[in-house]
Amino acid sequence: MNFAGIDIGSRTIELVIVDDSGKIVENFQADTGFDPARTAGEMLKNMEYDRIMATGYGRNLFEINFDAPTVTEIKAHATGAKAFFPDPDIRTIIDIGGQDSKAISLFENGKVKKFEMNDRCAAGTGKFLEIMAKSLGYDISDFGDEALQAEEDISISSMCTVFAESEVTSLIAKGQNRRNIAKGLHASVVNRASGMINRISSEGDIVFTGGVAKNPCMRELLSKKLGRNIVVPEDPQLVGAYGAALIVMDSATN
Amino acid sequence: MSEDYRSMWTELGLDLDAHDALLGILGQAYQDIFLSQKDRPEGMGYFDFVMSEVHGLRIKELMDEKKEGRKIIGAYCVFVPEEIVLAANATLVGLCSGADFAMDEVEKYLPRNTCALIKSAFGFKLGKVCPYLESADMVVGENTCDGKKKAYETLGGMVDNLYVMDLPQVKSGIGWELLKEEYDRFKTSVEELTGHKITVESLKQAIKTVNAKRAAIHRLSSLRKADPAPISGLDALLANQVFFYDNPARFTDSVNKICDELEKRIEEKKGVFPEKTPRILISGCPQAVPNWKLPFLIETSGAVIVGEESCVGERGTRNLTDDSGETVEEMMEAITDRYYKVDCAIFTPNTDRCDHVKEMAAEYKADGVIHYGLQFCQPYIMESMPVEKALEDSGIPTLRIETDYNMEDAGQLKTRIEAFIEQLK
Repeated sequence: MNFAGIDIGSRTIELVIVDDSGKIVENFQADTGFDPARTAGEMLKNMEYDRIMATGYGRNLFEINFDAPTVTEIKAHATGAKAFFPDPDIRTIIDIGGQDSKAISLFENGKVKKFEMNDRCAAGTGKFLEIMAKSLGYDISDFGDEALQAEEDISISSMCTVFAESEVTSLIAKGQNRRNIAKGLHASVVNRASGMINRISSEGDIVFTGGVAKNPCMRELLSKKLGRNIVVPEDPQLVGAYGAALIVMDSATN
Repeated sequence: MSEDYRSMWTELGLDLDAHDALLGILGQAYQDIFLSQKDRPEGMGYFDFVMSEVHGLRIKELMDEKKEGRKIIGAYCVFVPEEIVLAANATLVGLCSGADFAMDEVEKYLPRNTCALIKSAFGFKLGKVCPYLESADMVVGENTCDGKKKAYETLGGMVDNLYVMDLPQVKSGIGWELLKEEYDRFKTSVEELTGHKITVESLKQAIKTVNAKRAAIHRLSSLRKADPAPISGLDALLANQVFFYDNPARFTDSVNKICDELEKRIEEKKGVFPEKTPRILISGCPQAVPNWKLPFLIETSGAVIVGEESCVGERGTRNLTDDSGETVEEMMEAITDRYYKVDCAIFTPNTDRCDHVKEMAAEYKADGVIHYGLQFCQPYIMESMPVEKALEDSGIPTLRIETDYNMEDAGQLKTRIEAFIEQLK
């Protein structure tokens, strides 16, 4: 039997299919677009699986359209991250996605102990970095590498995307180096993320998931700031969908 | 609601169009949130009726009382003793503060970062949509949090019959004396308003009436300990909300009738949710009508609410007033003793509250606690962190929520609540 997990996020949709031993056999990603149910439907065409479970902010929409069970992003990420890193000492997860971020701490058995989520706005998420990269003229995929080459630490005080954008504009006008500004922006997101992590856990390695985990500057600054080791799964964006697939597999086999 | 009320509302100075809009929203919300629930106790029919007539028949009753010379006193807080009001032949009603209304008007008088409850009280006044406020002969404000204290200074310019009651902030001997003095001063003012001197008999009777109302709520609360829960948290909250509006004797009877029905349900092991449904205790800020946002989100996410550690709930109704006093003075002391125990977050230190949350979690067999903080409500938000720590140190999972009356964060809250419930399973 095969089991599918679909993570309908605000920016992208991920689909993961696992076999009955929990091994990933297929995975896909698409932009969410303006009609998530339709995008999801197209992704599922020609896919073979026996059961599917949805997670992410669009999970309830999926539940209505496809009559499938759902699980929250929190539990899905916890389950997926644990499967990637079964070491019982790794019990902290930070997920920074397109428009939300969350920190999760686990019990030794992998169950969720405590979690924190960002507030209702997108400050401190992937969207913030994306908009800032654009205003500095960087491609989002190079943004982290460029920031790592900064020569000076500057601090950006605004967490709000709108205010930060005008702060960036005035720094550029003052002749500040682009890479320095880029690093300052990364540091502001890291401050926010480390605040969330510190509220729920104080030691051990941290699993970094979500699209923002692909950014090398974020990984480095976060590790430095917390003085803790950061581990990142091979494809950090798949963790939620993978977790959902494992949960539905588990409920079908037990 | 019947057309007959329109002339009454006009007489009260309500803005009929705005009021129609409010009732429309309220009616729809009630339909979606309450009437859509499954297996409700039949006795809830009474509360459905009360809510459908909350601005109609109940106001007409108050107006009829006024015609007979009885005075109506409106209050915003559980520190205003209903015993004193009833003993002076007046009626106490809670004033509206559970929904956003006329917010652009409100922000001309209050800073944007004021809690939703205070803003709402102003919105109902400025929007001219609260018949309770407009029918009141005396409006009692109380010096609880800084927000309310300063807001009453402004409200004083909008209502001509505002009475402000001071409250202690520390539970010391001096604090008790202050509360006693303030209750004596309130007693004198109420007597002057009504022309009725409070007597030993009238005060004793008033204490008995209010105690009976509280005892009925205690009975209801205690039945919620059963698993499966015989009544939803939403319906139980509604009873706690109507506590502030209804005729006391009729309320007591109606709650007791529901309790008789719930006892039968418990015997038959019947519930509104299946056995072993995760059980949640809500703790924190008051939830005034029609603020049903959080309980609605919780009970549509697969959990049942088994108690409210709140002013609209057990913090407000805990402890009866000793009615054994033989003089008015003795009974005034007993009233002071009873209200002095209310563990509002305006007190410092306020360790009793933390103990009560833990006790309630154990008593109602809650699997977890959701701490409800209204945004910008400094006292409760400040307390939420030590409360969370104390609960987690005793092994009780806790989720801290900070929100307002707006529905824009409903999706995000639902994810957090669902994840918390998954955590409890």
